[in-house]
Amino acid sequence: MDYFIELLFSGLSRGAIYALIALGYTMVYGIIGLINFAHGEIYMIGAFTSFIIATILTILGFPGLAIILLAGLAAVIWSASYGYTIEKVAYKPLRHAPRLSALISAIGMSMFLQNYVLLAQTSDFLPFPQLVPDFDFMEPIAHIVGSSDMVILVTTTVVMICLTILIKYTKIGKAMRATSQDRTMAMLVGINVNRIISITFIIGSSLAAIGGMLVASHIGQINFYIGFIAGIKAFTAAVLGGIGSIPGAVLGSVVLGLTESFATGYVSSDYEDVFAFSLLVLILIFKPSGLLGKADTQKV
Amino acid sequence: MLKLENVESGYGNILAVKGISLEVNQGEIITLIGANGAGKSTTLLTISGIVECRSGRILLNEEEIHPLGTDDIVKRGICQVPEGRHIFPQLTVQENLDMGAFMRNDTRQIKEDLDYVYSLFPILEERRNQDGGTLSGGEQQMLAVSRALMAKPQLLLLDEPSMGLAPLIIKQIFEIIKKINQENNVTIFLVEQNANQALQIADRGYVIENGKITITGSADSLLSNQDVRKAYLGL
Ligand SMILES: Nc1ncnc2c1ncn2[C@@H]1O[C@H](COP(=O)(O)OP(=O)(O)O)[C@@H](O)[C@H]1O
Ligand SMILES: [Mg+2]
Repeated sequence: MDYFIELLFSGLSRGAIYALIALGYTMVYGIIGLINFAHGEIYMIGAFTSFIIATILTILGFPGLAIILLAGLAAVIWSASYGYTIEKVAYKPLRHAPRLSALISAIGMSMFLQNYVLLAQTSDFLPFPQLVPDFDFMEPIAHIVGSSDMVILVTTTVVMICLTILIKYTKIGKAMRATSQDRTMAMLVGINVNRIISITFIIGSSLAAIGGMLVASHIGQINFYIGFIAGIKAFTAAVLGGIGSIPGAVLGSVVLGLTESFATGYVSSDYEDVFAFSLLVLILIFKPSGLLGKADTQKV
Repeated sequence: MLKLENVESGYGNILAVKGISLEVNQGEIITLIGANGAGKSTTLLTISGIVECRSGRILLNEEEIHPLGTDDIVKRGICQVPEGRHIFPQLTVQENLDMGAFMRNDTRQIKEDLDYVYSLFPILEERRNQDGGTLSGGEQQMLAVSRALMAKPQLLLLDEPSMGLAPLIIKQIFEIIKKINQENNVTIFLVEQNANQALQIADRGYVIENGKITITGSADSLLSNQDVRKAYLGL
């Protein structure tokens, strides 16, 4: 039973990370109908930024909590400015071009960022400092759920609640939903659609940066390639849940995280990806629009 | 108030509006009538800056507005209810109205205006928490008009508000348009295929054919014009 609960928690924390990344894919898709293939790289850049800041602050002897908060803040700001810039440079000029052009631009951007970090940081795995200490109060249950899993779950939950409030109740959130439902009409009520698109990229990138830092600290090492793998998984989760749907991205991520965790735990870690992608194929066969997606065959 | 001078616009290499000039004065109801595909919607979308004005000028109170973005044009008081209503389907009725007031910050006045549109269309208040997409066609048109009113426009552009509605609802919508014009002093630019009804409430009208204005005059003179009667009034 303990083993089951252990797998459950590790699956949930995996799912939480996927969700932080998947939300960026799904929100951007909802607004401009584009799969932002460079999104995984935003996450990777978030991990590197927090790595650099955390390393410096550790050397300077800052206390643990301050390191987490400052490194996280830096990662969010830096990744958000990348996300913002990518949209302006690589997608905005192609807004009225055929869909394929923007998609190719996205893939190009993803490769560019990977190689840029590769050149700047080497291809070696760099050891990431363990930012989350083993809490004393977690001691009794440490064999089933680790402190860093717990931090991931709590942080993600808080972030999701904030995001939900933002989207549901604030003026900007309503404008984001309006823009994704009917862009022309959004313009006609006076919404500056370019600004909404930028805000969407900034929010999506910030979430990915938080995910990047949490994972890097959990796993303990990073390199330029981590964004590719995590990006594909999170994208899978977004499609699984129904691309364009925010609750769908969260649900898809949790389902994917749990599937991987149980497959690894009860079968073999070699089959983790096989199960994950089999699940995707099954869902797409039986429910092509994803778990919570609207039946809309026009997009993609 | 609004003036178009030799405006040309279109899509790709199709020119849909081919040098239109017209004028709307403060307080008037002006109608633009024409057959399907004549270029009516394109004219309105060009005024709102959704479709680019390729040549000519558009002036609001003597100032050029055609170089501005749509959001700035809305801020200057030109609102549009586009063809097909364009209700945000997954926003509630209330949220659709909130979006109408998107660029306003005068919270108290917004609340008063909300009460006003709910008094115009009590059915909308009953359905305030329902998604816009679940409303009937007539209710959606009421919501679309109300949403535009929430922006407190000086000039309201209406694109075929009667399209697809039952005669009784059409009558109600036209009455409301007249009322908005008289009581709230909103200038109206009404595009219609339903020429008869539009000319009944309009002060003046323009006839558009194939992207060009062919006939213009007072509503009464258009109603008695032989060409108009034959082509648009089915008489
Ligand atoms: N989005 C579009 N893309 C290409 N052509 C269009 C588009 N919208 C309208 N047109 C063309 O422009 C012309 C004028 O259309 P429109 O302004 O919608 O006419 P109306 O509103 O009078 O029915 C038509 O020939 C129509 O086919
Ligand atoms: Mg039309």
